Amino acid sequence: MLAAQTAALGPHSTGQHTVTSLAVANPGSLIQSVDWVAIAPPLIAAVAALAVLVTDLFLPERYKKWLGRLTAAGLALALIALLPLTGGSPRATFCVQNVAGATDNAGCSYVADHFALVFQLLALGGALIAALLSAHTVEDEKLPRGEYWFLLLSSATGAALLPASRDLATLVIALEVASLPAFALVALRRDGRGAEAALKFFVSSVTATAVMLLGIGFVYAASGSLHLGAVAQGLEHAPGQLKPLAEAGAVLTLVGFAFKVAAVPFHFWVPDTYTGAPLPVAGYLSVVGKAAGLSGLALATTVAFRPYAHTWGLALAVLAALTMTVGNVGALRQRFDTRYSAVRLLAWSSVGQAGYLLVPLAAAGYAPTGADPLGATAAYALIYGVVNLGAFGVVAAVGRRAGTSVDDFRGLFARRRWTALALAFFLLCLAGLPPGVIGLFGKVVVFRAAVDAGLGWLAVVMAVNVVVALYYYLLWTARLFAPAGDEPASAGAGAPDERRLPASLTATLGLTASVAVVLSVAPQLVLQVAGGSLF
Amino acid sequence: MNAVLIALLLLPLLGAALTLAPVFGADRAVADRRALRWNTVVTGAVLLLAVALAAGFDHDEPARMQATTDVSWIPALHVRLHLGVDGVSLPLIVLTALLTFLCALYSEKRLPDGDGVPSAQAFVGLFLLLEVGMLATFAVLDLLLFFLAFEIVLIPMYFLIARWGSGAKAPAANRFILYTLLGSAVMLLGFLLIGSKAGTFDMQALAAAHGSGLSHTTQVIAALAILVGLAVKAPAWPLHSWLPDAHTAAPTVGSVLLAGVLLKMGTYGLVRVLLPIVPDGTSTLAPYLGAFAAVGIVYGSLACLALARPGSKGDLKRLIAYSSVGHMGFVLLGIASLTPVGVNGALFANIAHGLITGLLFFVVGAIKDRYGTADLDTLSGATGAALYGRAPRLGALLAFAAVASLGLPGLAGFWGELLAMFGAFDPAEGLSRPAFVTYMVLAGLGTLLTAAYLLIVVKRVCMGDPEQPAPVAEVAELRPYEAVSWTPLAALTLLAGLWPALLLGLSNPAVKHLLGGG
Repeated sequence: MLAAQTAALGPHSTGQHTVTSLAVANPGSLIQSVDWVAIAPPLIAAVAALAVLVTDLFLPERYKKWLGRLTAAGLALALIALLPLTGGSPRATFCVQNVAGATDNAGCSYVADHFALVFQLLALGGALIAALLSAHTVEDEKLPRGEYWFLLLSSATGAALLPASRDLATLVIALEVASLPAFALVALRRDGRGAEAALKFFVSSVTATAVMLLGIGFVYAASGSLHLGAVAQGLEHAPGQLKPLAEAGAVLTLVGFAFKVAAVPFHFWVPDTYTGAPLPVAGYLSVVGKAAGLSGLALATTVAFRPYAHTWGLALAVLAALTMTVGNVGALRQRFDTRYSAVRLLAWSSVGQAGYLLVPLAAAGYAPTGADPLGATAAYALIYGVVNLGAFGVVAAVGRRAGTSVDDFRGLFARRRWTALALAFFLLCLAGLPPGVIGLFGKVVVFRAAVDAGLGWLAVVMAVNVVVALYYYLLWTARLFAPAGDEPASAGAGAPDERRLPASLTATLGLTASVAVVLSVAPQLVLQVAGGSLF
Repeated sequence: MNAVLIALLLLPLLGAALTLAPVFGADRAVADRRALRWNTVVTGAVLLLAVALAAGFDHDEPARMQATTDVSWIPALHVRLHLGVDGVSLPLIVLTALLTFLCALYSEKRLPDGDGVPSAQAFVGLFLLLEVGMLATFAVLDLLLFFLAFEIVLIPMYFLIARWGSGAKAPAANRFILYTLLGSAVMLLGFLLIGSKAGTFDMQALAAAHGSGLSHTTQVIAALAILVGLAVKAPAWPLHSWLPDAHTAAPTVGSVLLAGVLLKMGTYGLVRVLLPIVPDGTSTLAPYLGAFAAVGIVYGSLACLALARPGSKGDLKRLIAYSSVGHMGFVLLGIASLTPVGVNGALFANIAHGLITGLLFFVVGAIKDRYGTADLDTLSGATGAALYGRAPRLGALLAFAAVASLGLPGLAGFWGELLAMFGAFDPAEGLSRPAFVTYMVLAGLGTLLTAAYLLIVVKRVCMGDPEQPAPVAEVAELRPYEAVSWTPLAALTLLAGLWPALLLGLSNPAVKHLLGGG
């Protein structure tokens, strides 16, 4: 489908030096050989989604628990499919020959290079953890099972497809495949809050998509191509009268992606959407949704809009500074005793973290090669993904019996020792303070990207923000170890089965916590991503 | 690879990890006792290792890095596990190991308890983690590891203040951690700038280059960022305002380690990082550092005088905290002079301050335990607390520590401050002599003021009429565990005062090496 589309778009690239002749001399060249191994990760997720949807129709009610396991298995399989791609040179498929300036992979719509693999790992891994987290939520809240798992897998497919796509059309389609199921996921709780959250999310997201499509239209008109590499060349050689169009197009495209990353001023939907959504979905959005937007933003800026590097570099730097400041101030203003305050705090903190994630992207605008600082974003996103999902996992675990206000975590250490320690570890990783060593080094690579690019002012803004953020993370951490007070949990203590965490939750917490601990001891495992160029 | 130095860091880390495991038994009282005993055992073993390290140290070549380990840890960031000790860091490592052991010994008998105080197991875990961070700061030779070690101490100290402290402990703890983190984040930016321009984070390689390859602008910016970060920790006036609150709220052992070790991490960083790695930037900034140091000396002593005045409701712990600002001013002044004499004096004053202020905080903490308050007005009543009459040994120890702190010749406090002022009298080439002589005069004024307030404190706490109505009827005399944990400090204060060559012989060649002279 994508191949046909890109092939069809090829001949339209008028204004270029090489124009494909419409009369194809050798019709056989239009039939592409698809590299199935390269596209396996998103493909497996997509097939699993369909399988779940179909199975749901025929499965008797009592076996429907298996749908969750099927989902997890599908995602795990998709993750395994990443392995054969790691070695050797990047594999590419859906290639159109004769696209202007086609060096090696420039004419391909799907490239499984290191950048793509890292973000696919994040998207699929994040989805897997979110799926584990969802298992009990789906049962507890009586969510429609088939639909839930199908939507989750579809969204993950989109998020996995996005970082590998190398033309603007595929980018938009992937982004929408990732987003549309997410609206429905948010609404699945079917109460007033969920509907409101979904509507807010939907309206603002669709507006952003419309704006982005307009921008892509402009860019296509000005550059004459949709392939990212060719767009860069086209923009460089665009005729003078098309320059304003091209610039407007670039800005509008970036606005669309900025929305998905929840960068300020496109962040206002985040707290309401996160509180209205089922908790695992909020965690999923905070990690996988953000990863999708971020990888799209990285591709659009560093590859397609390369000629405007200094402009978007500065714009992203300002955006990053604003995002982290607004996010952290929002989190700081969050009262601890209100309902859902823990989720709202995580929502605001995720806005602040998005600001940090944008810093290396901004630095890429100043770096000579442009691609090197991206590794810092990728590494930080991976670290953030693990610890943030872990934090959401603990909130889900505590929220089952107590509420989800931060005050409900008071004295958690006395009640659930390991859960409290895990949350404390996750929060300190988010804050970037030892013993959360990996969070600290994540911040270090981001700082390093900014300093190397000469963005000293941004580094200072970030340093102040790290301190501000530490304050609320620390207040929350201190709550965990505070004396229990009037012990809200004592009411439920009588039922022993209530005290035990469901196996899926235990698995989630164990998995995220042990990954975070292992990374803290051997940061090289994840920081190697930040070592060199990803492309 | 050197097993001793690695074991020095691993042992407390494993000890801290063990406190998470349920190995101390189910009964809370028994578990607490066992945990505290475990604390003493581990810190004792660490002290033995530190002594072994000092014994194995080649005293003929203190300028050379010894007991080195250099293994790659994070190749992506070029971070190496590079450890080693020389004549500058060895005394600080031994001091750290000694103070933590004495604190562990002390807390075995005297851990603050009451409502809402967490179990001793948690205390031990945090305490050992704190020790890891402190020892690592003095042992690592990689800028990013130095930053990591700097950060490790924050969380344990935060919880020690916030959970085992007294008074306005939560705000004090927050202030402590936010201030220091802001400082160290800025410091990290300086490190990254150096790493970005020089291409390595290895302190030895950078020190060997001695600033070559770094432009003047880079050096000044990096030096400024690092200086600000370390000045918060030291603390230098005007970035000191977290310190009095933290000290007032912290439990006794927290205060001892805060004053005895944590403040030294700042000044040690100045000597280890700033002087050799960005020498040009440092010499540009040195006059300002000297000015802030001189102001800090006078400011600290004036603040103490104000607190010591009758009727001012001065808290004794707060007073000693302010006196630390003054004492650390001498250290900073010595470093700012950029001369071997001044830097040696600074390092000596560092150790001396750790011993003396550690002792002072122990004694004052004990007084606070006995009286339930450290408020000087409440303690002294109309005539004075009369500790000489009511608990003579305790009073004598306080007087001894106070006299050592004011710099009486023959005790440890004397040499460091004298040498620091001597360094300022004849600063390094390129520094303005009149400015530094002015600082020296200010520092001299500071010593007079220091003597004044410490004598006032001795008068109001130790002297007086034993018969007057006091807040508590009986004041317990020096207890055995107190004597055991305090005597080493008093003895070392005396030893360092009588035989300064012991320390100066170690630090002098290393300092010359760092300053690029030898």
